[in-house]
Amino acid sequence: MTEPEAVDILLVEDNPNDAELTQRALKKTSLAARVEIARDGAEALEYLFSRRPKPRVIFLDLKLPKIDGVEVLRRVRNDDNTRSIPVVVLTSSQEERDITECYKLGVNSYVVKPVEFDKFYKAVSDLATYWLILNKSPL
Amino acid sequence: MTALGAHRAPLQRESATMTTAEDVEILLVEDNPNDVELTLRALQKQNLASKVFVVKDGAEALDFIFAAGAFANRKVEHLPKVILLDLKLPKVDGIEVLRRIKSDDRTKHTPVVMLTSSQEERDVLNTYNLGVNSYIVKPVDFSHFVHAVSELGVYWGILNKVPY
Repeated sequence: MTEPEAVDILLVEDNPNDAELTQRALKKTSLAARVEIARDGAEALEYLFSRRPKPRVIFLDLKLPKIDGVEVLRRVRNDDNTRSIPVVVLTSSQEERDITECYKLGVNSYVVKPVEFDKFYKAVSDLATYWLILNKSPL
Repeated sequence: MTALGAHRAPLQRESATMTTAEDVEILLVEDNPNDVELTLRALQKQNLASKVFVVKDGAEALDFIFAAGAFANRKVEHLPKVILLDLKLPKVDGIEVLRRIKSDDRTKHTPVVMLTSSQEERDVLNTYNLGVNSYIVKPVDFSHFVHAVSELGVYWGILNKVPY
Protein backbone atom coordinates (compact mmCIF):
# COMPACT_ATOMS: atom_id res chain seq x y z
CA MET A 1 0.00 0.00 0.00
CA THR A 2 1.33 3.40 -0.89
CA GLU A 3 0.23 6.47 1.03
CA PRO A 4 -1.90 8.79 -1.10
CA GLU A 5 0.20 11.81 -1.93
CA ALA A 6 -0.68 15.07 -0.21
CA VAL A 7 -2.11 17.84 -2.38
CA ASP A 8 -1.50 21.54 -1.82
CA ILE A 9 -3.73 23.10 -4.45
CA LEU A 10 -6.80 21.82 -6.22
CA LEU A 11 -6.99 23.96 -9.32
CA VAL A 12 -10.45 23.93 -10.90
CA GLU A 13 -10.02 25.41 -14.35
CA ASP A 14 -11.45 24.44 -17.74
CA ASN A 15 -9.43 26.81 -19.88
CA PRO A 16 -6.29 24.89 -20.90
CA ASN A 17 -4.31 28.09 -21.44
CA ASP A 18 -5.11 29.39 -17.97
CA ALA A 19 -4.38 26.00 -16.42
CA GLU A 20 -1.05 25.82 -18.21
CA LEU A 21 -0.12 29.38 -17.28
CA THR A 22 -1.10 28.82 -13.67
CA GLN A 23 0.99 25.67 -13.46
CA ARG A 24 3.96 27.39 -15.03
CA ALA A 25 3.68 30.31 -12.62
CA LEU A 26 3.51 27.87 -9.72
CA LYS A 27 6.59 25.99 -10.90
CA LYS A 28 8.52 29.23 -11.02
CA THR A 29 7.97 29.83 -7.33
CA SER A 30 10.12 27.99 -4.83
CA LEU A 31 7.02 26.49 -3.25
CA ALA A 32 7.17 23.08 -4.94
CA ALA A 33 3.39 23.08 -4.74
CA ARG A 34 1.66 19.77 -5.43
CA VAL A 35 -1.20 20.62 -7.76
CA GLU A 36 -4.20 18.57 -8.79
CA ILE A 37 -6.24 19.86 -11.71
CA ALA A 38 -9.96 19.41 -12.23
CA ARG A 39 -11.28 20.44 -15.66
CA ASP A 40 -14.87 21.01 -14.66
CA GLY A 41 -17.10 21.29 -11.60
CA ALA A 42 -18.10 17.63 -11.64
CA GLU A 43 -14.46 16.53 -11.63
CA ALA A 44 -13.74 18.92 -8.76
CA LEU A 45 -16.57 17.51 -6.64
CA GLU A 46 -15.62 13.96 -7.52
CA TYR A 47 -12.11 14.65 -6.29
CA LEU A 48 -13.21 16.44 -3.11
CA PHE A 49 -15.77 13.86 -2.09
CA SER A 50 -13.56 10.88 -2.78
CA ARG A 51 -11.24 9.48 -0.16
CA ARG A 52 -8.31 11.30 -1.70
CA PRO A 53 -6.26 13.76 0.38
CA LYS A 54 -7.88 17.12 0.93
CA PRO A 55 -6.08 20.06 -0.64
CA ARG A 56 -4.82 22.89 1.53
CA VAL A 57 -6.55 25.38 -0.74
CA ILE A 58 -8.90 25.32 -3.73
CA PHE A 59 -8.48 27.78 -6.60
CA LEU A 60 -11.87 27.81 -8.24
CA ASP A 61 -12.93 29.24 -11.59
CA LEU A 62 -16.58 30.31 -11.83
CA LYS A 63 -17.59 29.50 -15.39
CA LEU A 64 -17.12 25.78 -15.65
CA PRO A 65 -18.64 22.99 -17.74
CA LYS A 66 -21.13 20.56 -16.17
CA ILE A 67 -21.28 22.11 -12.69
CA ASP A 68 -20.38 25.76 -12.28
CA GLY A 69 -18.06 27.24 -9.67
CA VAL A 70 -20.80 28.73 -7.51
CA GLU A 71 -22.42 25.30 -7.16
CA VAL A 72 -19.06 23.69 -6.34
CA LEU A 73 -18.54 26.31 -3.63
CA ARG A 74 -22.02 25.70 -2.25
CA ARG A 75 -21.48 21.93 -2.02
CA VAL A 76 -18.05 22.34 -0.44
CA ARG A 77 -19.49 24.61 2.23
CA ASN A 78 -22.46 22.36 2.89
CA ASP A 79 -20.46 19.26 3.74
CA ASP A 80 -18.74 18.83 7.09
CA ASN A 81 -15.78 17.09 5.48
CA THR A 82 -14.95 19.96 3.17
CA ARG A 83 -16.53 22.98 4.88
CA SER A 84 -13.34 24.45 6.29
CA ILE A 85 -11.09 24.09 3.22
CA PRO A 86 -10.06 27.57 2.07
CA VAL A 87 -11.61 28.39 -1.30
CA VAL A 88 -10.31 31.21 -3.47
CA VAL A 89 -12.39 32.08 -6.50
CA LEU A 90 -10.07 32.94 -9.39
CA THR A 91 -12.13 34.19 -12.27
CA SER A 92 -12.38 36.73 -15.05
CA SER A 93 -15.78 37.88 -13.81
CA GLN A 94 -15.87 41.25 -12.14
CA GLU A 95 -19.64 41.18 -11.87
CA GLU A 96 -20.97 42.47 -8.60
CA ARG A 97 -23.55 39.68 -8.58
CA ASP A 98 -20.91 36.94 -8.75
CA ILE A 99 -18.78 38.56 -6.07
CA THR A 100 -21.71 38.97 -3.70
CA GLU A 101 -22.98 35.44 -4.33
CA CYS A 102 -19.57 33.92 -3.58
CA TYR A 103 -19.17 35.85 -0.33
CA LYS A 104 -22.69 34.87 0.63
CA LEU A 105 -21.71 31.24 0.21
CA GLY A 106 -18.62 31.73 2.34
CA VAL A 107 -15.76 32.08 -0.11
CA ASN A 108 -12.46 32.91 1.61
CA SER A 109 -11.25 35.24 -1.09
CA TYR A 110 -12.22 36.46 -4.56
CA VAL A 111 -9.53 37.36 -7.06
CA VAL A 112 -10.09 38.66 -10.57
CA LYS A 113 -7.68 37.14 -13.11
CA PRO A 114 -5.52 39.89 -14.51
CA VAL A 115 -5.82 39.99 -18.31
CA GLU A 116 -2.19 40.88 -18.89
CA PHE A 117 0.18 37.90 -18.99
CA ASP A 118 2.80 39.27 -16.56
CA LYS A 119 0.20 40.36 -14.05
CA PHE A 120 -1.57 37.02 -14.22
CA TYR A 121 1.74 35.29 -13.53
CA LYS A 122 2.43 37.56 -10.58
CA ALA A 123 -1.06 37.13 -9.16
CA VAL A 124 -0.82 33.34 -9.24
CA SER A 125 2.52 33.43 -7.52
CA ASP A 126 1.23 35.87 -4.86
CA LEU A 127 -1.85 33.72 -4.34
CA ALA A 128 0.11 30.53 -3.89
CA THR A 129 2.59 32.16 -1.55
CA TYR A 130 -0.20 33.61 0.53
CA TRP A 131 -2.27 30.44 0.85
CA LEU A 132 0.56 27.91 1.13
CA ILE A 133 3.11 29.81 3.20
CA LEU A 134 1.35 32.55 5.12
CA ASN A 135 -2.09 31.10 5.72
CA LYS A 136 -2.69 28.22 8.09
CA SER A 137 -5.31 25.78 6.85
CA PRO A 138 -7.33 23.73 9.33
CA LEU A 139 -5.99 20.25 8.66
CA MET B 1 -1.79 71.53 20.25
CA THR B 2 1.96 71.28 19.72
CA ALA B 3 3.91 70.05 16.74
CA LEU B 4 5.71 67.68 19.01
CA GLY B 5 5.60 64.17 17.64
CA ALA B 6 3.48 65.26 14.70
CA HIS B 7 5.83 63.54 12.26
CA ARG B 8 5.15 60.29 14.07
CA ALA B 9 1.42 60.58 13.60
CA PRO B 10 1.14 57.97 10.83
CA LEU B 11 2.60 55.34 13.14
CA GLN B 12 0.43 56.32 16.06
CA ARG B 13 -2.93 56.67 14.50
CA GLU B 14 -5.32 55.79 17.25
CA SER B 15 -8.99 55.56 17.82
CA ALA B 16 -9.00 59.19 18.93
CA THR B 17 -8.48 60.26 15.31
CA MET B 18 -12.17 60.24 14.53
CA THR B 19 -11.84 62.02 11.22
CA THR B 20 -10.46 58.96 9.47
CA ALA B 21 -13.00 56.48 10.79
CA GLU B 22 -15.06 56.70 7.59
CA ASP B 23 -12.54 55.81 4.91
CA VAL B 24 -10.79 53.02 6.75
CA GLU B 25 -9.60 50.16 4.56
CA ILE B 26 -7.85 48.06 7.15
CA LEU B 27 -9.14 47.70 10.70
CA LEU B 28 -6.44 46.41 13.02
CA VAL B 29 -7.63 44.90 16.29
CA GLU B 30 -4.53 44.49 18.43
CA ASP B 31 -3.81 45.16 22.09
CA ASN B 32 -0.05 44.72 22.02
CA PRO B 33 1.52 48.15 21.29
CA ASN B 34 4.68 46.60 19.85
CA ASP B 35 2.71 44.53 17.39
CA VAL B 36 0.64 47.59 16.45
CA GLU B 37 3.76 49.60 15.76
CA LEU B 38 5.36 46.81 13.73
CA THR B 39 2.20 46.17 11.75
CA LEU B 40 1.81 49.85 10.89
CA ARG B 41 5.43 50.06 9.84
CA ALA B 42 5.04 47.08 7.54
CA LEU B 43 1.86 48.50 6.01
CA GLN B 44 3.51 51.86 5.56
CA LYS B 45 6.09 50.20 3.32
CA GLN B 46 3.23 49.25 1.01
CA ASN B 47 1.67 52.72 1.28
CA LEU B 48 -1.28 51.22 3.08
CA ALA B 49 -0.74 52.74 6.52
CA SER B 50 -2.85 55.84 5.95
CA LYS B 51 -5.93 53.64 5.56
CA VAL B 52 -5.45 51.77 8.80
CA PHE B 53 -7.45 52.29 11.94
CA VAL B 54 -6.35 50.68 15.20
CA VAL B 55 -8.58 49.53 18.03
CA LYS B 56 -7.14 47.98 21.14
CA ASP B 57 -9.68 45.53 22.45
CA GLY B 58 -12.67 43.48 21.33
CA ALA B 59 -15.26 45.87 22.74
CA GLU B 60 -13.79 48.81 20.85
CA ALA B 61 -13.65 46.67 17.71
CA LEU B 62 -17.36 45.87 17.98
CA ASP B 63 -18.16 49.54 18.62
CA PHE B 64 -16.24 50.50 15.51
CA ILE B 65 -17.71 47.78 13.29
CA PHE B 66 -21.29 48.25 14.44
CA ALA B 67 -21.05 52.03 14.78
CA ALA B 68 -21.79 52.20 18.49
CA GLY B 69 -20.38 54.04 21.49
CA ALA B 70 -17.52 56.35 20.51
CA PHE B 71 -18.17 55.44 16.87
CA ALA B 72 -21.90 56.12 16.85
CA ASN B 73 -21.52 58.62 14.02
CA ARG B 74 -19.88 56.09 11.71
CA LYS B 75 -21.99 54.18 9.24
CA VAL B 76 -21.96 50.37 9.45
CA GLU B 77 -22.10 50.23 5.63
CA HIS B 78 -18.67 51.82 5.39
CA LEU B 79 -16.93 48.50 5.71
CA PRO B 80 -13.18 48.09 5.68
CA LYS B 81 -11.57 45.88 3.01
CA VAL B 82 -10.23 43.65 5.73
CA ILE B 83 -10.23 43.26 9.49
CA LEU B 84 -6.99 42.00 11.06
CA LEU B 85 -8.02 40.39 14.29
CA ASP B 86 -5.95 39.16 17.21
CA LEU B 87 -7.38 36.26 19.23
CA LYS B 88 -6.43 37.12 22.76
CA LEU B 89 -7.91 40.52 23.45
CA PRO B 90 -9.08 42.42 26.53
CA LYS B 91 -12.81 42.76 27.28
CA VAL B 92 -14.18 40.76 24.33
CA ASP B 93 -11.96 38.10 22.76
CA GLY B 94 -11.25 37.65 19.07
CA ILE B 95 -13.46 34.57 18.66
CA GLU B 96 -16.47 36.50 19.94
CA VAL B 97 -15.70 39.48 17.71
CA LEU B 98 -15.46 37.10 14.74
CA ARG B 99 -18.73 35.41 15.68
CA ARG B 100 -20.53 38.75 15.84
CA ILE B 101 -19.14 39.94 12.49
CA LYS B 102 -19.99 36.71 10.68
CA SER B 103 -23.49 36.40 12.10
CA ASP B 104 -24.68 39.86 11.11
CA ASP B 105 -25.94 40.29 7.54
CA ARG B 106 -24.50 43.79 7.36
CA THR B 107 -20.94 42.71 8.12
CA LYS B 108 -20.62 38.98 7.35
CA HIS B 109 -19.05 39.55 3.91
CA THR B 110 -16.16 41.57 5.26
CA PRO B 111 -12.94 39.55 5.11
CA VAL B 112 -11.56 38.77 8.55
CA VAL B 113 -7.99 37.56 8.95
CA MET B 114 -6.87 36.19 12.29
CA LEU B 115 -3.40 37.48 13.11
CA THR B 116 -2.39 35.68 16.25
CA SER B 117 0.41 33.95 18.06
CA SER B 118 -1.76 30.89 18.69
CA GLN B 119 -0.88 27.84 16.63
CA GLU B 120 -3.42 25.69 18.40
CA GLU B 121 -5.32 23.48 16.01
CA ARG B 122 -8.47 24.10 18.07
CA ASP B 123 -8.27 27.85 17.49
CA VAL B 124 -7.62 27.31 13.79
CA LEU B 125 -10.58 24.98 13.36
CA ASN B 126 -12.90 27.08 15.53
CA THR B 127 -12.25 30.24 13.57
CA TYR B 128 -12.65 28.51 10.19
CA ASN B 129 -15.92 27.05 11.36
CA LEU B 130 -17.06 30.56 12.27
CA GLY B 131 -16.19 31.69 8.76
CA VAL B 132 -12.81 33.35 9.11
CA ASN B 133 -11.32 34.14 5.73
CA SER B 134 -7.73 33.44 6.64
CA TYR B 135 -5.63 32.49 9.67
CA ILE B 136 -2.10 33.74 10.07
CA VAL B 137 0.30 32.85 12.83
CA LYS B 138 2.42 35.86 13.76
CA PRO B 139 6.02 35.06 12.95
CA VAL B 140 8.17 35.43 16.06
CA ASP B 141 11.13 36.81 14.17
CA PHE B 142 11.00 40.60 13.64
CA SER B 143 11.80 40.69 9.93
CA HIS B 144 9.53 37.73 9.19
CA PHE B 145 6.70 39.52 10.98
CA VAL B 146 7.17 42.67 8.90
CA HIS B 147 7.36 40.61 5.72
CA ALA B 148 4.22 38.65 6.56
CA VAL B 149 2.19 41.76 7.35
CA SER B 150 3.31 43.51 4.21
CA GLU B 151 2.30 40.49 2.10
CA LEU B 152 -1.03 40.22 3.79
CA GLY B 153 -1.63 43.94 3.38
CA VAL B 154 -1.07 43.66 -0.35
CA TYR B 155 -3.20 40.55 -0.61
CA TRP B 156 -6.29 41.91 1.16
CA GLY B 157 -5.74 45.57 0.34
CA ILE B 158 -5.12 45.11 -3.38
CA LEU B 159 -5.49 41.57 -4.79
CA ASN B 160 -8.69 40.47 -3.07
CA LYS B 161 -12.02 41.84 -4.26
CA VAL B 162 -14.83 42.61 -1.83
CA PRO B 163 -18.51 42.82 -2.76
CA TYR B 164 -18.90 46.48 -1.82
